[in-house]
Parts: sequence; C-alpha cells; structure tokens
Amino acid sequence: MIAVEHLTKRYGSFTAVDDISFTLEQGHIYGFLGPNGAGKSTTMNMMTGCLAATAGSVTIDGLDIFEQAREAKKLLGYLPEIPPLYPEQTPEEYLRFVAEAKGLPKAQIDAQVAKALAETRLEPMANRLIRHLSKGYRQRVGIAQALLGDPHYIILDEPTVGLDPLQIIEIRDLIHELGQTHTVILSSHILSEVQAICESVLIIAHGKLVAFDTPQNLENRLASGGRLTLSADCSAEALRRILAAVPAVCDCKLLTAEEGRCKAQLEITGDASEACKALFFAFAKAETAILQLTPEKADLENIFIELTDAQPDGKEPRHESDL
Amino acid sequence: MKAIFKHELSLYSHGLLAYVFGAFLLEFIGLGAMLYNINRAVANFEYALGSFCIGFIALVPLLTMRVVAEEKKQKTDQLLSLLPITSTDIVLGKYFAMALVFIAPMLVACVYPFIFSLYGDVYLPSAYGALIAFVFLGLALISIGMFISSLTESQGMAAGLCVAAMLLCYYASSLADQISGKFVNVAVLLVLGGVLALLVNKLTASGLAGGTVFALCAAAVAAVGIAKPSLLESAVPTLMKTLSPFERFYTFVNGVFDVTGIVYYISVAVFFLFLCVQCWEKKRYNG
Repeated sequence: MIAVEHLTKRYGSFTAVDDISFTLEQGHIYGFLGPNGAGKSTTMNMMTGCLAATAGSVTIDGLDIFEQAREAKKLLGYLPEIPPLYPEQTPEEYLRFVAEAKGLPKAQIDAQVAKALAETRLEPMANRLIRHLSKGYRQRVGIAQALLGDPHYIILDEPTVGLDPLQIIEIRDLIHELGQTHTVILSSHILSEVQAICESVLIIAHGKLVAFDTPQNLENRLASGGRLTLSADCSAEALRRILAAVPAVCDCKLLTAEEGRCKAQLEITGDASEACKALFFAFAKAETAILQLTPEKADLENIFIELTDAQPDGKEPRHESDL
Repeated sequence: MKAIFKHELSLYSHGLLAYVFGAFLLEFIGLGAMLYNINRAVANFEYALGSFCIGFIALVPLLTMRVVAEEKKQKTDQLLSLLPITSTDIVLGKYFAMALVFIAPMLVACVYPFIFSLYGDVYLPSAYGALIAFVFLGLALISIGMFISSLTESQGMAAGLCVAAMLLCYYASSLADQISGKFVNVAVLLVLGGVLALLVNKLTASGLAGGTVFALCAAAVAAVGIAKPSLLESAVPTLMKTLSPFERFYTFVNGVFDVTGIVYYISVAVFFLFLCVQCWEKKRYNG
C-alpha cells in the first residue's frame, strides 16, 4: 500500500503540491490525471523519493520513502516523464547497470534482464544502441528498467507522450499486461487514455487533489442534474413559449434557429427521464415535432474540465470511495 | 558505488573521451620527457612532469565537463536519484572511474624514469615521488572539475568554467605577487570572500548562508587587521601560494617529498567531492 499524507512541495512562495493525501492499494491500475503544470510529476517525483517534500510523508508498504529510502525504493519502479536513458549504451547494458544499481543478486541479474526485455518485447533491439531506437522502443526501455527487481508498484509518468498512435496502442497494451501482475500508477493529461486503462482516477488541479474515484462513479455523480439537447420543428419564440410550461427546465440556451427549426441546450432539474417525459407532452400539446432530445452524459472530459477549471479554493476532494 | 563505477567505465569505453584524454596526457608527458630528459640530457624526470602541469588546464575540463552536467541535461540524474543508492555512492563512483581513466595512462608514464635509468644516473626516488605527487595533484584537480560540472547542465559551460578555474589555480601565485599594499590586499580578500559567499549561496539557495559566509570573511580580515596589521601587507600572495595546488607540486619537482602536500591534495579532493554531494542533494530538494 502506498500512503501519501499531507504531501506538500513549495518552491519559494509557489506551492506546486498542496497538502495532498491519498492511499493506493495493491492490485489496481490508478490514473493520475491533471492539466499540464497541475503538480502530477512533482507528486510522482516525491512519491518515488527523487524529490524531497516540503511537508508530509510517503510510505511504501510501511517504509518511509525519505527516511528508509534504500528499502522503500526497492519496492518501486519508476519511469519519469523523459525516459532517463544513456544513448551510448544498448538496452541490455543499460538494464544490467540498473539491475546492479538496484542491488539485485549477481545470479539473478541475467534472468531479470532477460525477463524485463521479454515483458517489454525488446529482445530484437537488445543489442542496438539506444540512440538508434525509435521513441516507442526507448519508452519500452524506460519501462523495462522500472520492471527490474519485480517491484510491487510501477509508476509511469506520461508514458505515451510524444508517441505515434500505433506506439500509443502498444504501450497501452503493455500497461494493461503489467496491471495484471503489478500495481500500476499512471499519470497522463490524456483523458481517453486514463479512461481506457485505469480502474481508479485521481484528478489533481492547482496542486490539489480534487477527485479520487472510479471513472464510472465520477460520470454517474456528475451526470445527474445535467443537460438536454433539444431540436424542434418550431421558431425560437414558440420554443420559449412551450418550455415555459415545463417546470423541470430551468434554463434554455439557444444554439441555432433557422428555417423554422431550432436547437437548444436545456438545463434541467430533477430526474432526466421525467424531464424528457414532460417535454414530450408539452411539445405534443403544442403540436410541435421534437426532432432530437438527448440527455448529455457527463463523460470524463466534462468532469475533468469542471474539476480542473475551478480556481484553487482549499476545498477537500469531491469524493474518495473505498476501492 | 560499484555499479556506478562500472557504468561510468562502460560509458568511457563506448566513447573516445577516455582514449583522447590518455593520449594527450601521455603526449604532454612524452614531450616534456623528450625536451628535458632526451634533448637536454637532464636526468630529472620530475622536470618533465613540472613542465606538463600547464596541460592540466586543458585536460581536466576535457575529462570532467560531462560527468555530472550531461546527466542533468539528459535527465539521467533522475534515474540515479530513484535507484536505492546514496548521493555519496553516485559521486564517488563517478570520481573513481575518472581517477582510473587518469591513473591508467600514468602507469605507462611510470616506466619512463626506469627506462631513462638504463641510460644514465636517474635518482628514482625523487622521480617516483614526483610521479606520486603528480597523480594526487591530478586527482585534486579532477575533483574541482567534477564539482564545476555539477553546477551546470551545459558541458560547454562546465568546460569554460573549469578552464577558468584551472587558469586561476595555475597563475594564482604569480598574479598574487602583483598585489601589494594593505588596501589592495584587503580589497582582494573581500572580493574572494564575496566569490565564496556567492558559491555558498548557489549551493544552499540561501541568501542568509551566503551573507553569513561573507560576514565571517570580512570579520576574519578585520580581526587580522587589528591583531597583526603587517600580515595584510602580503596576505593575498601568501594565501595564494598556500592554496595553489600547482605551487605545492613544485616542491616535489625540486626533489622534496612533501607529505603535507599530499595531505593537502587529499583534503582538496575530499572537500570538492563533499561539495559535489551537496550539489546532488540540493537538486533533490530544489528540483
């Protein structure tokens, strides 16, 4: 279990990470989501002991990352945002060095390196210089070094950034596979990636943790009391008149109005299906055809925008469910 | 530390740097030996080493410029920071690898006095004494170069600063001889105190620490000025002669094996390696 308690990082008067606390259990894939500059990498660097915290603590299976660094770091594998590679070495030489520096017994080094190469499908490139490898393969070498020593936790900081779509799919598949045997913590500002891979999401904005839940729970939570998109065969004036008779509609934003047809976004209160029913009968009574009536589902993108757009206000995370 | 040491050696084996460094080192020493021992038929090999000292101004930056600066530039310092090893392990591993790259060609140079002794009267103890001191001088200068490399992300900047530092070390004594008069000496001492304070400020990111160092330097100068004002007349030349690593080496060139010189070189190396470790740690605190 990784326990982060009141973690804070300040650079002079600027607070990069502001009193963040959360607990990550074993056997899950976690997504660390936030816009650029939100404090994701800083938090990850502190979680892995690369960066000292101004305040707070990080414990890995009970070992403090700052006080018992040597033991705690053995439980972690970390791929920083820019893979830390030596271009003049081959992947095999590089992995051998990392294995030795991680203190693996000499007898295990060959087997561990071979296993990491196999898991990341790097065997054909094992003896090429890293400088001659594509970005995707370099990323794999970075992931391979994180796998050495069979760490319980693998932390990947934006592992797909800068890759082409094919390479992104390959790395995502790889992370999926890793998630079956390790606890993976993945940071990204790409929502679809987190949605596709992660079981739980931590959203960080302005250095604060603003949400921590499963993507599904977050969507459900923010979907209620939502919006409807309505398209009707009437003028804007007629539309307003009909909507005035439906109490569930609290606001109407006209999107288009041309050739006797209009499209609007409706803010509704209460249950969405009840509101749809009321709208249907109101339009039927006015003998006006509804061309489209779609409840807007709050997907992760909307949640992300809603949660990260707000200015820092010191509020606690919206929700933190048991996983 | 062993893993870092082996890794550094592996990096040297992949590039030309170590070979170029060794070749130039042997070339400079060889030239000195040819000029003094062969052409002029002087039996003292230590003179060849004394004449080579200026070569350190180019060779030390060549060897040390990339050692930490390149790690920072390529962000591989992050990998080293997340491995279960200490900053001291990292710095010592790197230093010992550079020491080996320096000492390996020096082993070849060790044969020269022996070869010369086959053709004339060479006093081997003073020749080998100077060789030992030469190795310690090189190791002290390498530690200074490594520290400078840890101050920047740019190899070019590290090389430039290192050349400047080596030139200062080399010419410090003769330049200091030009400084005479109490007020000039006091002014130079305060400037040196200011430079030291800036360095401390850079290392600790604390204006207070830098200010304290400068205040202490100024207080020391004032104390000396009150207690023994005559000392200030030639304070800078005396200080430079004492601190210059090259000046101390000339004692060995003159045939005296000065143990305090060796202790001084070891102290310089330990001091700058300590500063290197502090620089590495500072990165962990300041990002």
